[in-house]
Amino acid sequence: MNTETFQTHETAWCPGCGNFAILKCLQSVLKQLGKDPSEVLIAAGIGQAAKTPQYISANAFCGLHGRALPAAVAAKIANERLTVIVDTGDGDSYGEGGNHFIHNIRRNVDITHFVHDNQIYGLTKGQASPTSMLGLVTGVQTDGNFNEPLNPVLLAIACGAGFVARGFTGHQEHLKALMKQAIEYKGYALVDILQPCVTFNKTNTFAWYNQRVYELDASYDPADKIAAMQKAMEFGDRIPIGLLYREEKATYHQKNAVLKQGIPLLDKKTDFKYINQVIESYI
Amino acid sequence: MYNLLIGGAAGQGIDTTAAILEKLLKCSGYNVFTARDFMSRVRGGHNFSLLRFSVSPVYSHSNQLDGIVALDEETIRLHKDQLKEHGFILCDSKLSAADSRLIQLPMAAMAKTLGNPRVAGSIAVGAVLKLFGESLEHVGTVLHTFVKQPFFDINVQAVQDGYQSMETRFSHLPGPYSAQMLVSGSKAVALGAMAAGLRFYSAYPMSPSTAVMEALAAKADEAGIVVEQAEDEIAAVNMAIGASYAGARAMTGTSGGGFSLMVEALGLSGMAEIPLVVIDVQRPGPVTGLPTRTEQSDLKFVISASQGEFPRMVIALRNPSDAFYQTMRAFNLAETYQIPVILLSDQYLGDATATVAPFDPQKIPMVESGSVDAGSGEYLRYRYTENGISPRLIPGKSAHLVAIDSDEHDESGRITESAAVRNQMMDKRMKKLEGLQRELQEPEFMGTDDFEILLLGWGSTWGPMEEAVQLLNKNQPGRYAALVFGDIYPLPQQRLKEKAAKARCIIDVEQNATGQLADLIRETTGIVCDHRMLKYDGRQISGEEIAERIRKEELK
Repeated sequence: MNTETFQTHETAWCPGCGNFAILKCLQSVLKQLGKDPSEVLIAAGIGQAAKTPQYISANAFCGLHGRALPAAVAAKIANERLTVIVDTGDGDSYGEGGNHFIHNIRRNVDITHFVHDNQIYGLTKGQASPTSMLGLVTGVQTDGNFNEPLNPVLLAIACGAGFVARGFTGHQEHLKALMKQAIEYKGYALVDILQPCVTFNKTNTFAWYNQRVYELDASYDPADKIAAMQKAMEFGDRIPIGLLYREEKATYHQKNAVLKQGIPLLDKKTDFKYINQVIESYI
Repeated sequence: MYNLLIGGAAGQGIDTTAAILEKLLKCSGYNVFTARDFMSRVRGGHNFSLLRFSVSPVYSHSNQLDGIVALDEETIRLHKDQLKEHGFILCDSKLSAADSRLIQLPMAAMAKTLGNPRVAGSIAVGAVLKLFGESLEHVGTVLHTFVKQPFFDINVQAVQDGYQSMETRFSHLPGPYSAQMLVSGSKAVALGAMAAGLRFYSAYPMSPSTAVMEALAAKADEAGIVVEQAEDEIAAVNMAIGASYAGARAMTGTSGGGFSLMVEALGLSGMAEIPLVVIDVQRPGPVTGLPTRTEQSDLKFVISASQGEFPRMVIALRNPSDAFYQTMRAFNLAETYQIPVILLSDQYLGDATATVAPFDPQKIPMVESGSVDAGSGEYLRYRYTENGISPRLIPGKSAHLVAIDSDEHDESGRITESAAVRNQMMDKRMKKLEGLQRELQEPEFMGTDDFEILLLGWGSTWGPMEEAVQLLNKNQPGRYAALVFGDIYPLPQQRLKEKAAKARCIIDVEQNATGQLADLIRETTGIVCDHRMLKYDGRQISGEEIAERIRKEELK
């Protein structure tokens, strides 16, 4: 493999943005896993984080706002040999794409979902995101955000996701380990990654996160669903990061009668003998 | 030619009775056409199937009835005025109506005696067979495909009992159609997609398009197709695009409401140049409209849906054969030009069954997914080319990386705001229209060249138009002709211009309230239709109705 594997490109991000750390971790983890860029697909919708596929050399699908998940899961269904990663923001994943988030957990297609969660909309210049905290004042939420923030990790566990984790861009080695496990996990894996937005979110700054996060240690059992839900609800003075919940579940490919045969869908050939039989059944 | 109506409330088994009868009649040699008219409810209301059968081709329905099988009194009340003088109304003895054409048969009591009240429908089938002078020859074979083994014998007995309780009213006519297929428009679309190498179909259930998804799902496991029910139509279309990008031939289907949700992604297919086939099985709008009924009011919508400009192709399906072959062709056009191709069907065509020559999948050779050649030098997904078509590699199938973007992008697929690149990319994409122009199939011409009055139509009115031309020409041979469009966007103009130049009068016939084809024709060619004959009550126009409305207009 050449040394320039997964090389990164010049970005349009603000200096100090948490996106840089995530991009660096992503690149490092893909290299560690020995993946060839041609077998990796990185998908995103629209947003600042959603530009990630543009900045790393791999197959890239930059689709519609909120719609990265349906395109990505279908790409995985089409070709199970691709390592499919959705790498995008909180607005794309939980706002515009909220419905797809819920239903792709149910499908459990073997893809990885990295969410750059900075609790703000960056590309549209600083409006509330689904995870914005109560009271956050923006150009639109002029009286302060009064809608309850969405808890993505709690929602994912409740919906039946088999791999739910939270990371922080300030703990990069820890984050890399989570990202690696998530990619290796067979099934839908969510890593919600806390990151500062240096330009638009003056509340949830690097220091704000850094003071609050703590890494879950070996005494924490990610197999206990009830405990995981309780842990997932902890988001205040202290914020746990790490693997919150893990459960092995049948993937979409293991459940679907066509895909479980193990031949990538795109390599299947049309059986004209069968088609003619079906045609004859109408005679 | 005979015409039979089977009517009753939802849940009374009208559909099954009609399906068994039409198959039996086809097996005995008839050409059959069955239109289905039903309400948006699971129980109650009034539903009916119109079965028309003949020893010569029939392509549409007629409202002049030879017989009515009434499962409730409502059916008699609503339809007896359409019954010819020598027709019959077959109903259970419990039903009554003051009509000399009534034939009462204690079907419910007979079924009860046989041991299962649900075989009353089979008793009616037997009675109808006898009324039309049919034999019982094919009953065993046909019932095998409709009835589960434990209920087989009792149903055969029920058909025989019904048969023996009747006297023949009409004589059997020997026709040559027993080896033909009997298939609906939606099932033909599903078969066409399968034959075209479909691998992935994603959709959200919506009447009347669900029949396509169900037909595919029924065969998916054996045909090697993944059928996924999406959480909404936005997911459905984005899934189809994702699968297509990754190299699996993909399609989605819906009706107008769902298509509204798919609109943004239609542009993604155009912008990112990812092949996509979408079928819109139209129903009357706006919004929820009349969910189970028919209309052709999405034409202007689908030809302009989605922001910005990009090449697309729209094909209106005219009959089940057309549905099969045009669906196959749609996949080729989508693949070759890397564009969205939209198939327009409607409830009438989708749900009606017709006798057609067996489909031949070999007739349309299929284009492989993805380009074979990456071009020379660095691989550029959106390389500028003479014809606007760039090499489309499948990710993971070579060492090259495939990047696509909904933003304006350069040749490598990376985001750009360069004015020069923007112009070149727009020109590259729009250039594909030149190729599409050469692919266009001219509308079907019905009539002879000495015509005076030209009817124009598109899609599912093909059958009624054919009949209307025949009816109108009975007294004035050759006076009327028709052009019925299949390829509709871009609009094929050659034959239209040629025939319009000869026409003394042009009448546009459409199943919508404004005359959308007439507008498109005027916008594209400057040709103005003299009259617009429009129908938007959710019921398909018949050949008889077209002819009658034209005659009335001429008398004015």
